[in-house]
Amino acid sequence: MAKINKRNKALAVNPLKVSQSVGAALAFLGIHRAIPMLHGSQGCTAFGKVFFVRHFREPIPLQTTAMDQISTVMNADDNVIEGLKTIAEKNQPALIGLPTTGLSETQGTDIHRLVKAFYDTYPQFRLIPVVPVNSPDYLGCLESGFALAVKALLEHLVPTTGNRPGRRFRQINVLVGSALTPGDLEHLRELIEAFGLQPIIIPDLADSLDGHLPEVDFSPITVGGTPVSAFTTLGESVATLVIGRSLNSAADWLKERTQVPDFRFDSLMGLEAVDHLVMTLAQISGQPVPEKIERQRAQLQDAMLDTHFMLGFARIAIAADPDLLYALSCLVKAMGAEITAAVAPANAPILEEVPTAEVKLGDLEDVENQARAQGAQLLISNSHAVGVAERLHIPLLRVGFPQYDQIGGYQRLWIGYRGTRQTLFDLANLLSSHQSHEIPIYHSRYAVRPEEVITPFAATHQS
Amino acid sequence: MYAKKNIAELLDEPACAHNQKSKSGCSRLKPGATAGGCSFDGAQIALLPIADVAHVVHGAIACAGSSWDSRGSRSAGRALYRTGMTTDLTEQDVIMGRGEKRLFHAIKQAIDSYHPAAVFVYNTCVPALIGDDLEAVCKAAEERWGVPVVPVDAAGFYGTKNLGNRLAGETMIKYVIGTREPDPIPAEAQRPGVTVHQVNLIGEYNIAGEFWQVLPLFDEIGLRVLGTLSGDSRFHEIQTMHRAEVTMVVCAKAILNVARKLKNRYGIPWFEGSFYGLVDTSNTFREFARLINDPALTERVEAMISREETRANQALAPWRQRLQGKRVLLYTGGVKSWSVVSALQDLGMEVVATGTKKSTEEDKARIRELMGETAHMVEDGNPRALLDIVKEYQADLLIAGGRNMFTALKARLPFLDINQEREFGYAGYQGMVELARQLALTLESPIWEAVRRPAPWKTNVIKAVREKN
Repeated sequence: MAKINKRNKALAVNPLKVSQSVGAALAFLGIHRAIPMLHGSQGCTAFGKVFFVRHFREPIPLQTTAMDQISTVMNADDNVIEGLKTIAEKNQPALIGLPTTGLSETQGTDIHRLVKAFYDTYPQFRLIPVVPVNSPDYLGCLESGFALAVKALLEHLVPTTGNRPGRRFRQINVLVGSALTPGDLEHLRELIEAFGLQPIIIPDLADSLDGHLPEVDFSPITVGGTPVSAFTTLGESVATLVIGRSLNSAADWLKERTQVPDFRFDSLMGLEAVDHLVMTLAQISGQPVPEKIERQRAQLQDAMLDTHFMLGFARIAIAADPDLLYALSCLVKAMGAEITAAVAPANAPILEEVPTAEVKLGDLEDVENQARAQGAQLLISNSHAVGVAERLHIPLLRVGFPQYDQIGGYQRLWIGYRGTRQTLFDLANLLSSHQSHEIPIYHSRYAVRPEEVITPFAATHQS
Repeated sequence: MYAKKNIAELLDEPACAHNQKSKSGCSRLKPGATAGGCSFDGAQIALLPIADVAHVVHGAIACAGSSWDSRGSRSAGRALYRTGMTTDLTEQDVIMGRGEKRLFHAIKQAIDSYHPAAVFVYNTCVPALIGDDLEAVCKAAEERWGVPVVPVDAAGFYGTKNLGNRLAGETMIKYVIGTREPDPIPAEAQRPGVTVHQVNLIGEYNIAGEFWQVLPLFDEIGLRVLGTLSGDSRFHEIQTMHRAEVTMVVCAKAILNVARKLKNRYGIPWFEGSFYGLVDTSNTFREFARLINDPALTERVEAMISREETRANQALAPWRQRLQGKRVLLYTGGVKSWSVVSALQDLGMEVVATGTKKSTEEDKARIRELMGETAHMVEDGNPRALLDIVKEYQADLLIAGGRNMFTALKARLPFLDINQEREFGYAGYQGMVELARQLALTLESPIWEAVRRPAPWKTNVIKAVREKN
């Protein structure tokens, strides 16, 4: 069990943390024909938008209640109602997400009451679900904000009646956390479909933010994602898969509401974790594991053999949101690597299970200092860590949010046998390209080789 | 926190031709239909490139967490602005009112770990709302730790990005400019017969290092850039900006207040210029010479201009042929709405419409001068409207800020990024060649036909074949 070292600095330097509000907005972007509107000042939205645009390289639908001086001091209720009306009127979305921010929460907004007031004032928009979520940025991080929004979606869209678990005997609910990329979700769907099951992925970022060129030239709302109508049938599914401990509370709620049995996975990286998923799918579907998947498993095992030489004893530093930190730590640990620094931006129960002595709640300065002190050989974190890796002269494997200095991070596959295999290859390549095991040349003092210039020891020794 | 009265005063900018009309800063934002940054964003944009200052964002994580290290601004030396610093306030800080205490220690930590020339503390919404006394904390920290600590009070909800720019400028006037005398010019830099004149630049951000293509020309003609707000600048340089002979406002209608106050307080004349396009670049240097009024300088300027223009025209000749007659929709703010027009016209391109959302009356007058009385000006730049204009005017290309990049690309339309996140420098004579190259790169790309081509099995020919069989 890892010891959790709390933050002990007044100043966060090179933040690892991304706000809950932005995390909540992201979850709503995985719903079809949706748009999130942050209840805060226009900057909360502008920054969030640029953040996602740089990561996904896609236009991002995101609006703001645009709190100004007067509404901040007096009352911003009208901003919420007017904003909802404007969006409902202009864009006819299938859903509006309404995350709060530090500003509106500090002001003391009652966001749930405001949604009711909106429907009372404009009953013509009653059929557009508005999903409020309390997501102040002085708590949690992107992952927790995402999870809060997933729970809010369930609470607002899953009907109280009509639960008949198993009525749709091939349908399976899949709650996914923010640690999974659109590329992961695409693969997860393929895996599930390989067993003849039909997944409803919530939220389905693979359908909205996978970077495809749609036929329409512009849309103010999401193109793709989980259809809102799908939520009404969750109570008839045969099972629910929950990917990521961060979704525990959402999963508890769904299970209680629908009675659909659930299967929870803290990670889908590494042989053991993926075996667990595949066994579960075989069990639920009653079908044998397809040969194609068996083959992928055998490929992963082979990759483990090939890469264990590079990964064994490798000293790895990881900085990421809790679920991702846990999954990656377990993966490299299972390859014989050592975790020399583990940093998460905010606390979560799963951090205690990270296979290392201690997890630091902190920032990229913390991971830099610890990695330097411990002699880390490789860093796993987001694009902000490029500078850290450069200063430490070690390679960086980019994960999580944001990734902006290389193209395609959002589409990368990490999970399953296939994703794991690719991660092992990448880790091994990064490690071997940055390391020199060469034994320094030694010239015997007695040898007579006039054609060879004797270079001093220091110059031949590669650092 | 700024009182409403102070902000009203700031919105009154006598040096701005737009001042008589409704002010962009005070038009109420429309919830659910607003795009654009907040005052904090604007303040950060204006000051962040000061490279040896520790920029501490006092607030919860959203403000710094989503925005740190995203500037394309370059520094020749220290680049402390690339180190994100925030007090990352927690719920306990907010509820228990511990923000001020945390800030005080945060300032010390920044000083101890990074030895900055000064610390700038940016206020944000949450501490502004709970009433943290930024000014008092900064004053106490400065006295205690002996390093200048400057409060930049421009929380997000105060207003727009423009207002934030202006608040940042106001802060420099109030706390920084005039607090130090310039270092004497090093003896080895002096040349016989050349009297060095000192100038300021406001609104030059050295995006992608583009100012380094222009700075050698300043050196050559004997102009010393005393301070810039704020590309590749240092704190001790900003402190001396009151000793300049001329201020040039590059792209900063919003920080005109600094130029105006430098004039009122220190008698420094100012003008608005641009380094985009050959014509404007040359005009800018001539304006410096005119205001400084040193015949020898004028002579050096003219010699330099004639050499540079000849060289640039030679380099541009093949590009001009390729770009001739291409139609552009330009959507950008303020000064760029006309300065870039002139650059594009230099290249033989036709600007079919230009965005004027953040432009002033004076900007608009310049646009009319360049594009004719019937110039099409785009006020509302929402993506749908932009794409419709592209269609209506048969534009070949959209030039806009990074946030519109994917609007264009999704519509399968060539695009050029002109704002502060871009990776290429377009300033000066040399920059013009890069601009031409980047324009041709996207316009002439072989991908456009491919991405517009429907899947072959969806075309009529195939359907016909299928039906036949």
